[in-house]
Amino acid sequence: MIDFSPYINLPLVWGVIIAFAVMMYVFLDGFDLGVGIIFPFAPSEDCRDKMISSIAPFWDGNETWLVMGGGGLFAAFPLAYSVILPALYIPVLLMLLALVFRGVSFEFRFKAGPKGRKMWDLAFHFGSLFATFMQGMILGGLVQGINVSGKSFAGSDFDWLSAYSFMTGIGLVAGYVLLGSSWVFMKTEGATQRWSKKVIRYSLIYVMFFMGLVSIWMPYTEPEVFTRWFSWPTITYLMSIPVMVIACAYFINSGVKEMRDKEPFFATLFLFFLGFVGLLVSIWPYIVPRAITFAEAAAAPQSQSLMLIGVVIIVPVILAYTGYSFYVFRGKSKAENIY
Amino acid sequence: MLEALDPVLLSRIQFGFVVAFHIIFPAFTIGLASWLALMEYMWLRTNKPVYKEVYLHWVKIFAVAFGMGVVSGVVMSYQFGTNWAVFSHKAGNVLGPLLAYEVLTAFFLEASFLGIMLFGWNKVGPRLHFLSTCLVAFGTLFSAFWILSANSWMQTPAGFMVDPEGVFYPTNWFEIVFNPSFPYRFVHMVLAAYLTTAFVVGGFSAWALLKKQSVKHARVAFGCAMIIAVSLPFLQSIAGHASGINTYHHQPAKLAAMEGLFETEKGAGLHLFGIPNEKLGKTEYPVVIPDGLSLILTGDPKAEVKGLNDFPREEWPPSAPIFFSFRIMVGVAVLMMITGVWAIVLHFKKTLFENKLFHRWCVLMTPMGFVGIISGWITTEVGRQPYVVYNHLRTMDAASALTHTQVSISLLMFIVVYTIVFSAGIYYILRLVMKGPKETEPTDTYGTHGLKKVPNLGDVL
Repeated sequence: MIDFSPYINLPLVWGVIIAFAVMMYVFLDGFDLGVGIIFPFAPSEDCRDKMISSIAPFWDGNETWLVMGGGGLFAAFPLAYSVILPALYIPVLLMLLALVFRGVSFEFRFKAGPKGRKMWDLAFHFGSLFATFMQGMILGGLVQGINVSGKSFAGSDFDWLSAYSFMTGIGLVAGYVLLGSSWVFMKTEGATQRWSKKVIRYSLIYVMFFMGLVSIWMPYTEPEVFTRWFSWPTITYLMSIPVMVIACAYFINSGVKEMRDKEPFFATLFLFFLGFVGLLVSIWPYIVPRAITFAEAAAAPQSQSLMLIGVVIIVPVILAYTGYSFYVFRGKSKAENIY
Repeated sequence: MLEALDPVLLSRIQFGFVVAFHIIFPAFTIGLASWLALMEYMWLRTNKPVYKEVYLHWVKIFAVAFGMGVVSGVVMSYQFGTNWAVFSHKAGNVLGPLLAYEVLTAFFLEASFLGIMLFGWNKVGPRLHFLSTCLVAFGTLFSAFWILSANSWMQTPAGFMVDPEGVFYPTNWFEIVFNPSFPYRFVHMVLAAYLTTAFVVGGFSAWALLKKQSVKHARVAFGCAMIIAVSLPFLQSIAGHASGINTYHHQPAKLAAMEGLFETEKGAGLHLFGIPNEKLGKTEYPVVIPDGLSLILTGDPKAEVKGLNDFPREEWPPSAPIFFSFRIMVGVAVLMMITGVWAIVLHFKKTLFENKLFHRWCVLMTPMGFVGIISGWITTEVGRQPYVVYNHLRTMDAASALTHTQVSISLLMFIVVYTIVFSAGIYYILRLVMKGPKETEPTDTYGTHGLKKVPNLGDVL
């Protein structure tokens, strides 16, 4: 049996891999969910067609990172998977069902007549909106802690529902809107781009507001988080995170103003990255916050070792051909659907 | 009605419903991807536009089916955790890696290259496009490999040990992946997927032939489908037979339930029909071929086959559903064989593309692959009961501690959403089929050869 545990800290490596998969998911499906949310507000049918064409070749691949996150969690941290999912049963299933609607409406709208198309456009919008909101609530429900006894979830059906998770839900909607609109800004021109400019600016304000709110809320409700962030000397380098957040906001804003097409999108990705890192700093070393650490939840070293081989060999290949696919469909989006 | 059921049973119903819905789409796209690769290869080889037109027509249908497979598949990857937490925790060390490899080797490959397959015609060269189609086709097969391996391990677990808490640990990966039933079940499933696709393609093309709509394209598709319909049912029955013998050795209680055999017999008979009655411990109204079962399973008509009554009652899988679903599957196989034989006869009479009765028969056969696959899966999965990991972890002990309300609400939501999505999906697939392929170049200068133009059902709808 292969076992790398004497040489490397497998749970830590796997923690990083899962975090990476979740981040990739948020980056990638984040922008296409965001496009879905702002979709009905676009100024014209032509704009909408361009927006759809800009994400059509990617959405299956983007969503696969969600399977990677779920499957990876199951494989690398089965205990965490078996505690988190029952705890968040309702929001997880609602999110999945919303994604079902959104995913199929994508395919159906291409094939539908004008009336059907209207209907699927609505399904696309509400599916995206609802899935995003639920993802935000899942995040909030997870971060605020899960009630565990022994090796299983011990809370009640609606533990996840709180003012905090409601706020993270709304916050994530704002975040995906920013991602989606900066994607549209990068991939379109003319009227669509001008419109996306406005959306970026509004949503940026909301995103900064919610990031600020979370940053205050978390440390003041969890003393452990407070000491992590505000004790000497960690504060000196952790404070670089809010500084960089402000820098991102500046670049998004100036990128939009000076019409540097790609800058807002990539600055937004970096903003998300910073938010994600901030979150990880707060919940470390737990995988089920305040209950199970990621080392406790780890799968057998033989299992983690076997999968590590796969990840090391295959993930670079996946990233390469994902990148290739983005390269093939580079440039500004056209309204026509080729197939 | 739902109040009467306990949360575990509701979870089982939900899992069964969600997975049965999901399997329809991969089962269809596995075969379709390979067939599209073949069409594109033929187009590159011969440069005849008809192949590309057939490709472009069916790739749209592929996209709809594939999209529905993706979204219902995402649901699957969370179902283990939401409803089967204990199972996930205990079997995660063994099954997790298999599913992770499925994601890594198959899902990303399929999803990424599907984009190029659908939207990349003007962006990449024809060879690269062909490569993308092939990669998608390989992806579907890799996916089948891993998921069948994981599922087979639950049927015939091997290469593991169990700690005192009941957590499974891997001891030999090769034995886990290639567990005793895996090779048989993998071959059986892939053949089933190819057959399913062949009958769908064949049925829709037969419809086009009957309506004299894009006959040129329909002939190509129908011809391909008939080659599969002639060759695979027989191979499939050999694979199914081998799988049955494997079940006889590794899951004798399942086999006894499939065959409606309650009493252990030397020279057991083969039940063609009957109604298994668990209370009485016998199969009523039996129609039996004497010694048939022993002969089929061992080659010796007097060999002993163990009946359900020799297993403790709490080890019995529910016999009636398995008995009937197994017979439905075999019935489908017989219908497919009849189709194959009929096609051979017509081929030699040179009326394969003209015989209306046969084309009508093929239209009726369109959904048969799905019927066969779902009834086959019911047989094997219900046959695994009362265990989730055969002989090691009972289904009763594997579920999450969910409340009745949670599971009944989620089950109802799944039923509502999937019904809407499924009906819409079928509607759009049918519409695409009815529309027929688009000709890329005007090849015909003689109008419609005097044929009356048939209205598209798609326009009428």
